[in-house]
Amino acid sequence: MMRYLKQFILVFVATFFVSPAIGLAASGAKLLHMDVDLSNQLSLQRGARIFVNYCTGCHSAKYMRFNRMGKDLGITDAVLQENFIFGDEKVGDTMTVAMDEDVALTFWGVAPPDLSVIARAKGPDYLYSYFKSFYIDESRPFGVNNLVFANASMPHVLWDLQGLQVLETHSIEEGENHSPTFDDLKLVTPGSQSPEEYDQTVKDLVNFLVYMGEPVSLNRKKIGYWVMLYLIIFAGLAFALKKEYWRDIH
Amino acid sequence: MANDNMIVKNLACLRDWVDDRFPLMSNWNEHLAKYYAPKNFNFWYYFGGFALLVFVIQVITGIWLTMNYKPSAAEAFASVEYIMRDVEWGWFVRYMHSTGASAFFIVIYLHMFRALLYGSYKKPRELLWLTGMALYLLLMGEAFFGYLLPWGQMSYWGAQVIISLFGAVPFVGEALAELIRGDYVVSDVTLNRFFSLHVIAFPFLIAGLIGVHILALHETGSNNPDGVEIKKNKNAEGIPVDGIPFHPYYTVKDIFGAAVFLIFFFAVVFFAPEMHVPGTQGLFLESANFIPADPLKTPEHIAPVWYFTPFYAILRAVPSIAGSAFPGVVAMGLAVSIFLLLPWLDRSPVKSWRYRGINYRIALTLFVICFLMLGWLGLQVATPLYTWMARICSVIYFLFFLTMPFYTKVDKDKPVPDRVTS
Repeated sequence: MMRYLKQFILVFVATFFVSPAIGLAASGAKLLHMDVDLSNQLSLQRGARIFVNYCTGCHSAKYMRFNRMGKDLGITDAVLQENFIFGDEKVGDTMTVAMDEDVALTFWGVAPPDLSVIARAKGPDYLYSYFKSFYIDESRPFGVNNLVFANASMPHVLWDLQGLQVLETHSIEEGENHSPTFDDLKLVTPGSQSPEEYDQTVKDLVNFLVYMGEPVSLNRKKIGYWVMLYLIIFAGLAFALKKEYWRDIH
Repeated sequence: MANDNMIVKNLACLRDWVDDRFPLMSNWNEHLAKYYAPKNFNFWYYFGGFALLVFVIQVITGIWLTMNYKPSAAEAFASVEYIMRDVEWGWFVRYMHSTGASAFFIVIYLHMFRALLYGSYKKPRELLWLTGMALYLLLMGEAFFGYLLPWGQMSYWGAQVIISLFGAVPFVGEALAELIRGDYVVSDVTLNRFFSLHVIAFPFLIAGLIGVHILALHETGSNNPDGVEIKKNKNAEGIPVDGIPFHPYYTVKDIFGAAVFLIFFFAVVFFAPEMHVPGTQGLFLESANFIPADPLKTPEHIAPVWYFTPFYAILRAVPSIAGSAFPGVVAMGLAVSIFLLLPWLDRSPVKSWRYRGINYRIALTLFVICFLMLGWLGLQVATPLYTWMARICSVIYFLFFLTMPFYTKVDKDKPVPDRVTS
């Protein structure tokens, strides 16, 4: 009895007081906004390349099949096998990860999450902001921290593209409660891409992650327009039929 | 022509053959062709039919989902993604089912509001109201069990919190919560039994009770926007003068209504299945539910799905006494079940809003505003301001019922016409 009461009260209290505090700590900086564009197939293809080159070493996408991606993004099986699949997987397989989960746990303390539906869980704005807000922090195991996900376990895997940023700390005159924003990030070591190129790279990656979260989202709305058209015509006919029948009711 | 006649003749023969062995024509007449419904039904009278339509959608899509879903903690989340990706049109079936859950509650809330608007729960329709309320309670159970099945974080922790509420009951709480879960925490065992209840027990009960609800309706006859009993005015053949046969008049009208309803329904399915209203995590499919259930990691913000939030807000609004949340749980239970007493709390001789006095009109308006406010508040993280707003709304919510015998009795009702208007 007491155990459950305590458990319940804990959850109850958490809902009331702790969660806003966690919410603030986790959100940190206000997120940047990004317009997702799933109609840009080239962007999706570029995003897929970045994904398999930079992400799948540690993260799986175990609900995503290579050839489904190929079919949706206009990539042939041969190209998939050549440029997207690095292990001995076949095109009909899903994107599993070679790394053993126990090994991952000793590396990071947490297993890197599966990314199949990460865009649906976190939203595109969060992902866009996340990839753009790594900054140097020597106190962290990988030497970087993140503005929107404080103390993230993940290293900045795209650093060779973006370069390295620092978070400029402000003097006390500027306000003691100044919480860091994206304006406080300064690029100190340029990467192989210009800031504009890197921005597009991140957008490509996020576009791809959104697609991967729901592959049918490429076609869902297209089908929807036809369904709407059919139903509107049907409703019109149904209304005419109703009117015809009800003519004699006064 | 001769050929057509042959077909018609044969069909009539078949009908008579069946009719000699089964009450086909008598039921057809009693419930459709010679069931006389008031001719003045308005917009609000579509929602009962819509509820039946949504029930059918849920059953059919549910059958197909069950063909591919795996009710185990290890496989449930993956099997939902399998349905979304690898099953042909699986995403469509799944979105219809998830949209259908919310649509069911929207339609039922509007159906219940219609009863409040036109006094449909009043004598002689008390049993109709009670069976409807029983259906509403079953629907809440059905939705609660179903929400665990995708086995996401919100599924898991939402179930954990709601089951813990039973744990707050003095003395038997712990045993009760364990009985529901079948385990000390929400687990594979819980998922299995919720699956069984969701796909077999509750749909059976709901289907049966829908039948009872319709039988009760056809016994008393439908109310109408004027709240006039059409059976009081019959012609020489015993047919109500303000009644029209349900079939074909209301069947064709409801076909049109269903078409319009489906436009809205499929607009959600195809264009906004998550119902990502700004400021929410998605009202119909919450973003946190795309993270697999993790018993070791409590999400930042646990909130029930939107259709439970008015009652959740009432739960949170009641302060705990001596560290026990039981008072809040009681308040929540009462908030849901107090609707059952409506036929006996309402002392006005008038049914319809059209002829009600100012008291009831003000009371109902306030009630609806508070209900909507509570629904919104239940979605928010509780700040002190919101908690106080929820408290005020909760008090008005209960006052609507508890003071009803008084304000309806002294209300300055208007004269009710003998016949339906328009």
